[in-house]
Amino acid sequence: MTLVLRMLPPTLRDVRRPQRMVGRNVVAYRRQWLIIFSGFFEPLFYLLSMRVGLGDLIGTVKVGGRAVPYDEFVAPALMAASAMNGAVYDSTMNVYFKMKWAHIYDAALATPMSAGDVAVGEISWALIRGQIYAVGFLCVMWGLGLVGSPWVLLALPCCALIGLAFASVGFAVTTFMRGLSDFELVPTATMPMFLFSATFFPLSSYGSWAWLAQLSPLYHGVALVRAANAGVFTLSSIGHVAVLCAIASVAMTVAARRLGRLLLY
Amino acid sequence: MAMTTPGPVRVAFWHAAVFKRLWVTNVLASIIQPLLYLLGLGVGVGSLVNRTSRATDVLGGVSYVAYISPALMVTTAMALASTESLWPIMSGFIWKRSYHGIAATPLGAGDIVGGHALWMAARCVVAAGAVAFVLAFFPEARDWGLIPGVPVAALTGIAFAMPLMAFSILRKNDVGFAAMNRFVIIPLFLFGGAFYPISQLPTWTQVIVKFLPLWHGVELARAFTVGDIGGSASLGHVVVLLCWTIGGSVLSYRFMRRRLYV
Repeated sequence: MTLVLRMLPPTLRDVRRPQRMVGRNVVAYRRQWLIIFSGFFEPLFYLLSMRVGLGDLIGTVKVGGRAVPYDEFVAPALMAASAMNGAVYDSTMNVYFKMKWAHIYDAALATPMSAGDVAVGEISWALIRGQIYAVGFLCVMWGLGLVGSPWVLLALPCCALIGLAFASVGFAVTTFMRGLSDFELVPTATMPMFLFSATFFPLSSYGSWAWLAQLSPLYHGVALVRAANAGVFTLSSIGHVAVLCAIASVAMTVAARRLGRLLLY
Repeated sequence: MAMTTPGPVRVAFWHAAVFKRLWVTNVLASIIQPLLYLLGLGVGVGSLVNRTSRATDVLGGVSYVAYISPALMVTTAMALASTESLWPIMSGFIWKRSYHGIAATPLGAGDIVGGHALWMAARCVVAAGAVAFVLAFFPEARDWGLIPGVPVAALTGIAFAMPLMAFSILRKNDVGFAAMNRFVIIPLFLFGGAFYPISQLPTWTQVIVKFLPLWHGVELARAFTVGDIGGSASLGHVVVLLCWTIGGSVLSYRFMRRRLYV
């Protein structure tokens, strides 16, 4: 146990009251619930648009030897992609605003809270928000008859893992941001992932470019959620989980170190 | 600038002077995003669409890439003109107060509104032209009809910019802007006839889509590339786009005058 503790970066060792940070966000967003509420609709609009418009034109898509209707193919991918988008937005723009302009973390650190509390609290908040969206989206999928198997419930922890990985990366990247104009680079990274992670068309359509899609971290998330919806897990699922865990742990270590330095010195 | 330079042109040049410092990322973004959509949705999803005979019927016999490429110019113009007509307007009144600065000179409300329209048209021509340039590299998308598509995209852009400017002038804070983006602009991008004909949609959705400018711009630009331009349908699209532009400009002028002077 002590060994595990020693492996953690020093900022994460003194995490005692991250729930205070979450509590602060709950209070702050009570007046801005519209922002949270409206975030749920973006993946929904994509799903409905694909369903009514392209579902009819495309018919079925082969996934793992099984032909599924196009909307059932796209829905789990959109669920994974919205977990990514939500986590990235929350951990980049929002964190930067709180850090540099609103000075919320400075205020938090003036209390008995530590930098670790701030980091863990903010990531937890991003995860909670992501889970609310994921549950909502799952209900819509179920209502539209796009749920393939009861295993789809495992899509929720998968989305949490995707959220954790991307929130950690977003957090780590934000600590390096010099100014607002640097944030224009964020969509440059997320948009290609959103479009090219076997989201809208299967890996087989990529032909010899399939390796490119597999490089995208989101691809692993999409594959996991899609496996959960189909109820078919294979050995590769373990690989996808491992990739996401690795990204999350590396990024979290970087984020915690940088954040400690930025906030305390 | 000569003494005879009209007020709106002066305001447009002010926009250009500010933009000179930021244009690189801006223009790159308006090229890269449509390019990604073309590759992702056009080529990728297109490979799924083109297999079916149903698709050939619905899309009118053109390939999926050729179907969406003129629309991408128009959606790019819409996205650009609508973001530039929300937060920057608020900035002109509250954050930077540039409009108050302009109003302190001999220029007035009409010049600000006209200048915004000119500037949006110029930005949309550049952005849509850049998209057309990129599209010309794809044999399936390449078509002379993309060139007249550029002014169509610009007209669609200001048909969004002017009514949204009127909306923004009335707002006291920016809370409604994100909602406008999420509940109007993004749904229009997805349902407005860019990626499939709106005959696929339920009737009530078609009514809404036909009321708003995007679909008219998309259909007009597409008519140029597939070659069935002319006739009453095309004329109708132009009239709708002009109505939104003129109506939006008149409202913007009245609201602007009220907020600046009264």
